[in-house]
Amino acid sequence: MEHPQEKNGRPRIGFYICHCGSNIASMIDVAEVQQYIAALPGVKVSRDYKYMCSDPGQEMIAQDIREHKLERLVVAACSPNLHEETFRKAAVKGGLNAFYFQMVNIREHAAWVHTDRRSATEKTKDLARAAVYRVHFHKALEKRQVPVSPEVLVVGGGIAGIHAALTLANAGKKVTLVEREATIGGHMAMFDKTFPTLDCAACILTPKMSAVKSHPNITLWTYSEVVQVEGYVGNYKVTVKRKPRYIKEDLCVGCMECIDACVFKEPKFSDKFNQGLGKRKPIYIDFPQATPKVVLIDPQTCIQFKTGKCKKTCVESCDREAIDFAQKEEMRELQVGAIVLATGFKTFDAKREPHYGYGRYPGVFTALEIERLVNASGPTAGEVVGRDGKHPRAVGIIHCVGSRDEKTNKWCSRVCCMYSLKLAHLIQEHSGAEVYNFYIDMRAPGKAYEEFYDKLLAEGVHFVRGRVAEVTDWAMTPEEEGRLVLRVEDTLAGFVRRIPVDMVVLSTGLEPQADAQAVRRCFNIGCGSEGFFQERHPKLAPVNTFTDGIFIAGACQAPKDIPDTVAQAGAAAAEALVLIDSGHVELEPNTSYVVEEECSGCKSCVPLCPYTAISFDGEKKKAMINEVLCKGCGVCVAACPSGSIRQNLFDDDEIFSEIEGVMAK
Amino acid sequence: MRYLYFPGCSLKGTGRAYEESLLAVFGALGVELQEIDDWNCCGATAYMSVDETKSYALAGRNLALAEREDLDVIAPCSACYLVLNKTQKGLAEHPELHRKVVKALKAGGLDYKGTVRVRHPLDVLVNDVGLDKIAALIKNPMKGHRFATYYGCQIVRPYATFDDQDDPMTMEKLLKAAGAECVSYPLKTRCCGGSLTGTLPEVGLRLAYILIKEAKKRGAEAIVTVCPLCQFNLDGTQGQIAKKYERVDLPIVYFTQILGLAMGISASELGLTRGIIPAQAVLAGR
Repeated sequence: MEHPQEKNGRPRIGFYICHCGSNIASMIDVAEVQQYIAALPGVKVSRDYKYMCSDPGQEMIAQDIREHKLERLVVAACSPNLHEETFRKAAVKGGLNAFYFQMVNIREHAAWVHTDRRSATEKTKDLARAAVYRVHFHKALEKRQVPVSPEVLVVGGGIAGIHAALTLANAGKKVTLVEREATIGGHMAMFDKTFPTLDCAACILTPKMSAVKSHPNITLWTYSEVVQVEGYVGNYKVTVKRKPRYIKEDLCVGCMECIDACVFKEPKFSDKFNQGLGKRKPIYIDFPQATPKVVLIDPQTCIQFKTGKCKKTCVESCDREAIDFAQKEEMRELQVGAIVLATGFKTFDAKREPHYGYGRYPGVFTALEIERLVNASGPTAGEVVGRDGKHPRAVGIIHCVGSRDEKTNKWCSRVCCMYSLKLAHLIQEHSGAEVYNFYIDMRAPGKAYEEFYDKLLAEGVHFVRGRVAEVTDWAMTPEEEGRLVLRVEDTLAGFVRRIPVDMVVLSTGLEPQADAQAVRRCFNIGCGSEGFFQERHPKLAPVNTFTDGIFIAGACQAPKDIPDTVAQAGAAAAEALVLIDSGHVELEPNTSYVVEEECSGCKSCVPLCPYTAISFDGEKKKAMINEVLCKGCGVCVAACPSGSIRQNLFDDDEIFSEIEGVMAK
Repeated sequence: MRYLYFPGCSLKGTGRAYEESLLAVFGALGVELQEIDDWNCCGATAYMSVDETKSYALAGRNLALAEREDLDVIAPCSACYLVLNKTQKGLAEHPELHRKVVKALKAGGLDYKGTVRVRHPLDVLVNDVGLDKIAALIKNPMKGHRFATYYGCQIVRPYATFDDQDDPMTMEKLLKAAGAECVSYPLKTRCCGGSLTGTLPEVGLRLAYILIKEAKKRGAEAIVTVCPLCQFNLDGTQGQIAKKYERVDLPIVYFTQILGLAMGISASELGLTRGIIPAQAVLAGR
């Protein structure tokens, strides 16, 4: 076998193949590969070992480098995502530059994806040979060290964002919390009680909300949205749009006299915070404990904005002259080292299951609407009353609306069984109605959750196992006349039932935010197929993303309840602290560089760079690459017409010899 | 505007009024319907469960005949519409089945590539002809008439090609264009009893009864349907319903009959005298 032209002599190579217990060895004849590679020119040492990543494995490599004067290292094992760093360290320990090393992924790329041992072994030989060919041309490279900005941005002011921001601020870090609504608090602020303890959501949440507002280390920007993120780990430049609320936030004290003084004597407009069940004026505040406690004006409904001819009684009423109709949208810039995304979820649109009659029958409600109805500070002050003003005699709660369904969302939303139990308890407590739960399985896998289910059983709430076929208003008996009828197969009793009720609650599932894709692109992170943000590893890196320095917490990652959300938010804050406190980050050296004498100055590469790392030197008439900004994507390398842009670790010699290595036999 | 027309057996027999009114309305709209030459039974829903491959070949022969012309096929009968669509889809998704069916067709001098589109007249009227054109031809609007729109189970399930599966609205749009009102009728895609009316009458009758009495209760003067079997079941069982439950006496008509009336076509041309339950209420005021 002829070896390709060697430019830098014939370095001495060490080859190591790992069994990974039986992960690799059960599908690949490791010894055969080891012997095969041993015979290749330049290979001075070839070994196999049960756990190459273990201390003895690493030590063996380091010792071989010293003893056999190895100049290049190839390890065939698992994914470089897992252990590239481990073996780079082993190389360094033996006295080699970390980049004289090449890793071959024979676990995910061969052992785990094949069922035929012979072909898997042959494929492994091909892959290993390619790495041996390639590693000849590796150059000594150094990682770049870049300082980290010590500030953190938290996006989303629900319980996840609040908890993450407070944790970071308490650790002495400067935090900016950006929330797009007018108040922080998120979904949790809408709830009356929380399961399974039934403690009041406001009582446990509002102290944290005011702690955010008053914390010297936290800058709170509500009614604001992140519009652009540039830079890289440790050094993000973030542009935030601050939407006008037409109130000077620093002057308003939330006395709400302007609301009383508004020319609209009665609230008239649908109140989003109360899910449209209540009304508000054009100048309003979401709820009395809103944080910041600052009113806002909705220009869509305010007469001054619509006609310019309002008496402006609100302005007269404000001693502090906080009302400013001329307020404009503002763009602000932030420099942060890390970002915690806690953008939350949206609830499933119940109209997508038309057979449940939401929007058609006034007696059908979503669970979030019922949260507001049973809430002491909600539109009915906690009275359970239908849109027709009547008190229901019987209420049916339908689980899994928009969850565990082939036609809509396949996933279990995790919180609905528990919040349905909570709502059943509250409805019964507030109204004395008969309450029916219609469920597929009861899922109560949390601390004291199953006990809560037991409590509900003892309270006399009815449980019918079966997915409701439809909610309808056609009656078969006088008892059903004028009511809603749930048709359901009771799978425990084994027959089809018709159950008349006066109010139906749809336990809608949790979905990614409507703009999750746009947010994902803005922050350059990934999404799973269902649209929730993708964690770096489902078990071992649950708050990290594939973009360094960007962490995720709460329901933006997957549906989860408040305890899990808070735990994850704490973890995300801790990961952000680890990054910031290290003071600097190391960047991979796989950057592009321009060979100046070959660059014709055509500028083709400049607009192509997604990271704006390329500029044009007008004097020299050459392209210049900012090594710190370059992420090593290779777009400019491929695009350069004269081939004058090269990339570390992906030089032509390296790639061509690798291809040659795969093909050689 | 020209289409191939697959009447199926119903429209030549019990559903004659459907064919009469359909041809009259399409004629008035200037839409040409060319009956497929030498068409055969679609196999209906029953044959699929007897021998799938043969049933595909049987229905496939109609598709093969249609493919010789470069036109969409209109299949007004719900069963035909479903079976032809299912065959079209089945052949497209299963190459082995397609091969077998083509082999059978070749024995009869035919071939089928798979290019035919099978359409429902509701779909064609609203999406091809357009409501504006239809509204322009309404001479005698059905003012003050209230109907329950009944789609039956087959035209939106399992394939919802032109309307919502649970709450289809195409017929409402047409009837509104004809000046009529539609009552809220959440039973619009429930089963009419289908063939159970013959085989298990106690089950079939109950299903038909629920549909009729609910339509009546909601203030409809007639049920408007798109399906010959639904029309037959709901119209033909009212005598038995009267014996078992209560007297209902509700006319069951085709959407094409109402549309035709509003266009000024005579009741007899539209087959409105053929129903068992007389359609006087529908004809009131004209």
